[in-house]
Amino acid sequence: MILSDYVAAVLLLVGVFFFLAGTVGLVRFPDVYTRLHALTKSDNVGLGFVVMGLAVEAESWFVVGKLLLIWMLVLLAGASVAHLIARGATQRGVRMWTD
Amino acid sequence: MQLFNLALGLLLLMTLGGGIWRALRGPSAADRMLSVQVFGTAAVAVLLLLAQAFGQAALRDVALAFALLAAVTAVAFVRRAWAEEVDCDPE
Amino acid sequence: MDRLTLVLWIFDSVTGLGLLLLAGWALASPQLFRGIILFVAFSLMMSIAWVRIDAPDVALAEIAIGAGLTGALLLAALSRLGDSEPTQESMNRPIERSYRARTFRSLTASLLAAVAVALVFLILALPGDSEGLGAEVAASLDASGVSSPVTAVLLNFRGYDTLLELLVLLLALLGVWSLGGLPAQPVSPAVLVLDTLARILIPVLLLSSAYLLWAGTHAPGGAFQAGAVLGAAGVLLSLAGWQVRQRYTGVTLRLLLIAGPSLFLAFALYTIVAGQSLLEYPPQRAGVMIVLLEVAATLSIGTTLAALFVAEGPRNKEGQ
Repeated sequence: MILSDYVAAVLLLVGVFFFLAGTVGLVRFPDVYTRLHALTKSDNVGLGFVVMGLAVEAESWFVVGKLLLIWMLVLLAGASVAHLIARGATQRGVRMWTD
Repeated sequence: MQLFNLALGLLLLMTLGGGIWRALRGPSAADRMLSVQVFGTAAVAVLLLLAQAFGQAALRDVALAFALLAAVTAVAFVRRAWAEEVDCDPE
Repeated sequence: MDRLTLVLWIFDSVTGLGLLLLAGWALASPQLFRGIILFVAFSLMMSIAWVRIDAPDVALAEIAIGAGLTGALLLAALSRLGDSEPTQESMNRPIERSYRARTFRSLTASLLAAVAVALVFLILALPGDSEGLGAEVAASLDASGVSSPVTAVLLNFRGYDTLLELLVLLLALLGVWSLGGLPAQPVSPAVLVLDTLARILIPVLLLSSAYLLWAGTHAPGGAFQAGAVLGAAGVLLSLAGWQVRQRYTGVTLRLLLIAGPSLFLAFALYTIVAGQSLLEYPPQRAGVMIVLLEVAATLSIGTTLAALFVAEGPRNKEGQ
């Protein structure tokens, strides 16, 4: 293993950690709004770190560009969908968790 | 690194179980939609890890195709198929 | 067994088991909406499985059409099942279990079981050391006009399969239209975020559709994948509340719908008239013909999928 391998491994592990955290949140959080919060962490940060880790190891700049494009697209979709679902849930009177 | 990437892909595949649990359980339609959203993002990550592990560039195109269409199903849900939900209290 | 084999073995087992469970849950779901969500998850898992058995082309088609567009189509169909306004009841409608429904279900189940048994029998009857047709395809790849073996099979060696697939898609739309189509959706108020999403995403979708079409000549990609992405652009536009001008929903729409199938038929006639067998392109022109076919098929597939999603009846004359 050379230095870039270690860097990639750490980034990938951080990414997978955020995916795990997002899934735990999706399972454990009490209502739609809090679950949305958990979900966007795995979407944005989790995939972001995985993409960064893979970019360190990528064989060409073209691949790095494609990885970034994929991440940007998921970011765009994730942010818009989270907003639309939260907005729709509020309009439909889904109650928030208070305790 | 190949083994490491594959092991991480396997780990992600297993976290999908949590997403499926939420899809089965609900309770609201929005919860189910969320779970398939997280399922999709994890699938993108798995595909990218597999692409790197096996050196198959074509798998990045598969991930790209899904990243492009990820929003469409969810938007169709929000705009067309989402009924009134008043009886879904927090747990 | 070394560690790599072990990890791959576990990976494949989890995928296979996940597929079976998801399929079972999706089919047995008492609520249609839950069934659709599980079906989308099944498609995602299936596409990972296709990757594992070394079929990235199928994985690409599965993820674009199965997970991407079919989910949206099914959700649109679900919203039309109830009255004009979908209610909690229509979302969670339990599947009807009358006597007739039960008879129909058991008939379907026995038919499917018979097909499954036949498939298992066929797989067991296959010679174990068969090499398939891969070598023959590779040997005649030079004459096919493209460098991707999958595209060569789909559009040259077995072109009539693809022709029939295009016709099936067209037939599905004609089915919807022959029932008079569905009334137009009430125009929902514009949402700023959705509008912005569409404005950013639509150009990227169009560009990616062209990229997938181009990639099809030498790598996984091609008309169906590119068409699905193109169709998704149409679906997103329709969801964001943008409407096609009436003057384009008459002849223009119909021309786009039949561009792919009719070009295919024209080439089929041409090859017969030129004294060759059906869809046997002259090798020196095969490349150009396949590219033309792919472009026309992409336009038709994209338009058909978007029209299926909108599902409104066509107009009889321009602007009427």
